[in-house]
Amino acid sequence: MSFTRFLAVARKEVVQILRDARSLIIVLIMPVVLVLLFGYGVNLDLKGLPVYVYDRDGSQQSQDLLKRFQASAYFDVVRVVNDYPALTRSLDDGHAKMGIVVPWDFSQRLRDGLPTQVQALVDGSDDNTANVAIGYAQAVVQGYSSDIQLNWLRNRGQLVQPAAVGVETRTWYNEDLESSAFIVPGVLALVMSVIGAFLTSLTIAREWERGTMEQLISTPVTPLEIMLGKLAPYFVIGMFDVIVCALIAIFWFQVPFRGSFLTLLVSSAMFMVVVLSLGFFISVIAKSQLAASQIALLVTFLPAFLLSGFLYSIEQMPVVLQWITRILPARYYVSVLKKIFLKGTPTALLYTDLVPLAVFTLVLAMLATHSFHKRLA
Amino acid sequence: MLREPMPEDNNSVVIENLVKRFGDFVAVDHINLEIRKGEVFGFLGPNGAGKSTTIRMLCGLLRPTSGRARVAGYDVGREPESVRQNIGYMSQKFSLYNDLKVIENIRLFAGLYSVPADKLSERIEWTLEMANLKGQENLITGTLPGGWKQRLALGCAVLHKPPVIFLDEPTSGVDPISRRQFWDLIHQMAEEGVTVFVTTHYMEEAEYCNRLALIFRGKIVALGTPSELKQKSMKGELLLVECEPLGSAVEVLQSAPDVIDAAVFGNALHLVVRDAAAAIPQVQKYLSDHSIKVGHIEKIRPSLEDVFVSLTTAHDSEKERTA
Repeated sequence: MSFTRFLAVARKEVVQILRDARSLIIVLIMPVVLVLLFGYGVNLDLKGLPVYVYDRDGSQQSQDLLKRFQASAYFDVVRVVNDYPALTRSLDDGHAKMGIVVPWDFSQRLRDGLPTQVQALVDGSDDNTANVAIGYAQAVVQGYSSDIQLNWLRNRGQLVQPAAVGVETRTWYNEDLESSAFIVPGVLALVMSVIGAFLTSLTIAREWERGTMEQLISTPVTPLEIMLGKLAPYFVIGMFDVIVCALIAIFWFQVPFRGSFLTLLVSSAMFMVVVLSLGFFISVIAKSQLAASQIALLVTFLPAFLLSGFLYSIEQMPVVLQWITRILPARYYVSVLKKIFLKGTPTALLYTDLVPLAVFTLVLAMLATHSFHKRLA
Repeated sequence: MLREPMPEDNNSVVIENLVKRFGDFVAVDHINLEIRKGEVFGFLGPNGAGKSTTIRMLCGLLRPTSGRARVAGYDVGREPESVRQNIGYMSQKFSLYNDLKVIENIRLFAGLYSVPADKLSERIEWTLEMANLKGQENLITGTLPGGWKQRLALGCAVLHKPPVIFLDEPTSGVDPISRRQFWDLIHQMAEEGVTVFVTTHYMEEAEYCNRLALIFRGKIVALGTPSELKQKSMKGELLLVECEPLGSAVEVLQSAPDVIDAAVFGNALHLVVRDAAAAIPQVQKYLSDHSIKVGHIEKIRPSLEDVFVSLTTAHDSEKERTA
């Protein structure tokens, strides 16, 4: 290992990155775009769901109920219609996700003390949204219903006992149940997969494609010096991007950061080595930029996106998929991220994630080191 | 920085029974060569003859299937890293970094060859001087004209003063004037004691070499100085025949008595015959008999191209006989 040769390769790689507009965009702009995109764009919260109402009763009572829908943060009554077809159409064309129909005898029956019902038509094409919407709608109506009952009893001079049992909820870790707090930390794993695996998967393949590899390996430079020289600049860039993304998460999206910053850096460094090694290994075996970049996306970006627990909870996956996630380094890293951002889990308790991550780091780094030989055939 | 080659060894490159197979295809077939220090050695042959494969084995880029080779005193199979520190290599395709500046490419290779810090500026200066690129340090390499790129590639390959340099078709795609300048550089280095192993398929370039090996289908079919090759390898004497039409003339003459071989060269024919003086009137008559218009006929000195054509056809017909 000669430091001079390592430095020569690293310096060359830095110049090439700085001179290539495409790499620069990926390195500097893409991480910020990804964080903003996921911070704003992917919102698993249900808020302001568009609702059309068809109030066939038109009474004070029906208006009271509908006002409760409007007052709820989860619903937004965007239009009042006067017939069924208009309501159906609004669901068909997607202007409404939910339609609420108040029956013509709504106030009449309430006055008579008879049970009554309102109809909720729900767009079930997005099952997740539909489920959540149904739950919220039931809660709104439930609240209205018990108020009516209480009033009814009071009006009859009865002593009213408040509800016997209530649930007093306190949400921990993500107190406001903001999905950005759940999602944004995991974006770090995505960013690193792109920087680490996607960009580096091109570096060796590019040299083969352009013929520069033949000249490079005719010099005394060793495979290890080539690998380290090529990966070191990306490591620095990746760590820089991690810090930038973490700062955006904390200061822009107000994601709580409760754990140790050092643990964040160490685990990010390990994951960086994982993706860099993978990218390098892929680049060595693929020998063409196109193939390398596609394989890299397939083995790093997609799993990090779908199976790491970044967006979709691993516990909710089918058992087979849950097992598959165990061989994905991204899973452990995302888990660490969520724990140190939101929970502030002490580093010592992160061993179930950090140990597998460390094992992957070592194994993949060795794999990368042994994959590259200075031979043409 | 450079280790001295073994003192008792006056040969810079020694090749013994070198073979390279790719599957069933024998790219290099039992080659034996000894190249002396300070020699400009030309490796001549058509595309696919095995020139690049041989050079790549000598640079440690390809593992020989069998046989041995020593370069600058080191075994290419067992000590490839020592070989690499003692050679400069210019591959067939231009393979410096097009997106780097001239100076950045030079610095990169200075680093890769571990040129010590105290000699760095002197070597960079020398390289720019040699490649005639002073004042162009900050140009992006990809924007340079072909001839400049070639000189830069040579500069980067030799800035660590290797005792042996391998140039694989260094002048392909370069204009004739740049080519001439390039050969001047090669001779300059040879005068300083550097061994130059150069492949080419330009016949006129072969004449610039001290010695030549003609390689054809993986085998060395002739070896010697350009003039030796021209004299020895031709089995007979050479006639230049101007006639019309050339195509049918070649056909007719190939079956003519006394004619060993006939081939088109430019707008005339070259005939190989046993005895030029006797053959001239016979050829004249033979062509006229076949109603071909005959112009000027004269005995000429063979060029390397003639030698090459003659040797490869000999090789071919020998193969056909044995097949």
